[in-house]
Amino acid sequence: MESKEKILEVKDLTINFNTYAGTVKAIRDVSFDLNKGETLAIVGESGSGKTVTTRSIMGLNASNADVAKGSIMFHDKDILKMSDKEIEAMRGAEIAEIFQDPMTSLDPTMKIGRQIAEPLMIHKGMKKDKAMSQALEMMKLVGITDAEHRINDYPHQFSGGMRQRIVIAIALINYPEIIIADEPTTALDVTIQAQILRLMKELQDKISTSIIFITHDLGVVAGMADRVAVMYAGKIVEFGTVDEIFYDPKHPYTWGLLNSMPTMDTADDSLPSIPGTPPDLLDPPKGDSFAPRNAYAMKIDTEQEPPFFKVSDTHYAATWLLHPDAPEVTPPAQIIERQKKYKEMQQELAEEAKKPVKEEEEL
Amino acid sequence: MARYLGKRIFYLVLTLFIVTTLTFFLMKLMPGTPLTNQEKLSPSQIHLIYKQYGLDKPVWLQYIEYLINATHGDFGTSFQFSDQPVSYLISSRIGASIQLGVQAMVLGVIVGIVIGAFGAVKRNTWMDSATTIISILGISIPSFVLAVVLQYFIGLKLGWFPIADWGGFSYTVLPTLALAMAPLAESARFVRTEMVDVLSSDYIELARAKGMSKTGVIYHHALRNSLIPLVTIIGPVAVNIMTGSMVIENIFSIPGIGNQFVQSVLTNDYPTIMGLTIVYCFMLTVVLLLTDIVYGIIDPRIRITENRG
Repeated sequence: MESKEKILEVKDLTINFNTYAGTVKAIRDVSFDLNKGETLAIVGESGSGKTVTTRSIMGLNASNADVAKGSIMFHDKDILKMSDKEIEAMRGAEIAEIFQDPMTSLDPTMKIGRQIAEPLMIHKGMKKDKAMSQALEMMKLVGITDAEHRINDYPHQFSGGMRQRIVIAIALINYPEIIIADEPTTALDVTIQAQILRLMKELQDKISTSIIFITHDLGVVAGMADRVAVMYAGKIVEFGTVDEIFYDPKHPYTWGLLNSMPTMDTADDSLPSIPGTPPDLLDPPKGDSFAPRNAYAMKIDTEQEPPFFKVSDTHYAATWLLHPDAPEVTPPAQIIERQKKYKEMQQELAEEAKKPVKEEEEL
Repeated sequence: MARYLGKRIFYLVLTLFIVTTLTFFLMKLMPGTPLTNQEKLSPSQIHLIYKQYGLDKPVWLQYIEYLINATHGDFGTSFQFSDQPVSYLISSRIGASIQLGVQAMVLGVIVGIVIGAFGAVKRNTWMDSATTIISILGISIPSFVLAVVLQYFIGLKLGWFPIADWGGFSYTVLPTLALAMAPLAESARFVRTEMVDVLSSDYIELARAKGMSKTGVIYHHALRNSLIPLVTIIGPVAVNIMTGSMVIENIFSIPGIGNQFVQSVLTNDYPTIMGLTIVYCFMLTVVLLLTDIVYGIIDPRIRITENRG
């Protein structure tokens, strides 16, 4: 597919927050990488550490965040070791971010043209006129109609969807290598969501940028991502290509997430959910932090944290169920259904691979 | 906009009318008479004087006559200073009061903004605590206490500025300082709260994500957004300064309308009380109207809704 040039590599990232109540272990040993042009989705429920992870990539974590361990290599430099100046030079130029809520992420008293143009003025030292004309181009690119007139409008004169397009324009204006999209469609209604996602896909192809897509919505992931990292309680529990995660998930938490997502096949009126609540990260439980909510938990889950078990070259999961000594378990019916589909898909793919040869013969 | 202005001016006149009416009858309820040596006068003499000033008529008639005269620009003659029309009395004294008030307002608000913004940016450090202490002291110490302290230390001990009286800029320094403290504290507290809010908002985060430096973000995004709401406290601050000036002008013997107002109340100088009440009420409503107009100009969100409305 794409050239597998690694542009970002997060290794063993561990971040604690020092609060009055104690040390919150927000993320623990998070590792992943990002290739050029691909979309990596980080999925997990609220408080699982998705945002902390990406904020560290932007160098935007709160002042009480303490990086206990790890590195974030962007090309050949460790973002965690950069000076404030270096990070500022990188932010908005090489790595940009799209925020969750377009209703609050624009300055209410500044004309939107100026807000889009700002990154150009900051990073390229561009004069205002020139930056504004580029901002206008970018407004057209992200699909803001009548951009010539609207460039002098204020944020409150736009709808939520349009505002998110403006936020996207701000992120794209310097053609960054990486865009971090932190739940960019959560605050929008569903029809607008689809538009924004399509727009992001289109623009990604146009400027060949990589996207880290944070979401708790697996439905969004399926259409957007190349690879998926599932996070739970500050750790990545499963990592794989989008097909592997959706059709051949191994971690019980991923099962739970997929199960609680309504699909066209869901005949039942009831929607299963994962029982319980995420653990308190002030004092994470011993062993696997998902164990208390896990119907498939074994004794070892409460004693030792599971390491990553390799499923394929691209697919890893941290669950003891993958240990050679683990007993066979039957995943939920829906997951088995998915696994079946996956096998069929693989077969079709294998057959597909043979086809072109035939066609050539026919010609 | 014209319609809006027309409506506001109508309300301004209505306010003036209500305040005038209330003050008139309340004033008549005050104990005492305008006569300074009543016990030495015979009843017929008193009656004669009352007749001369129209005080023998029923109160409602006096009220109506006052209103009619006032609408024609005649605010009567002072009891206290014979033959001095109230309008002259006020116009010859209002300059000093306005100068003092404006100086105190400008100084207080500007220093308050600086202190408040500083406290917000350096939040939870000792500098923040220092700014908080300044605003608490400023709000809780009455201006007349501060005035005396300033007179004693800066005026008397150090001798830098005149202790009292009026006659050039150096005379205005101490009273301005005393008057400015409350607006300073008020705006410092206000700006700090606003700025703390703004600094933790998403658009500031986005500005940081653009690669803007911390100072750049404060200058380009935070300051403007936290200063706009400051306009809303200008009205209350103006009230504060007006009431404060009545005491401060007395302490520093400044020949202004604040000083005059107190004197006229003490001597039951009815026409002057009424005249000054109208002047104060007018100044305040105009300040409020101006702040509303200014708010509309500097905040795009309000500007637009107004154009539609």
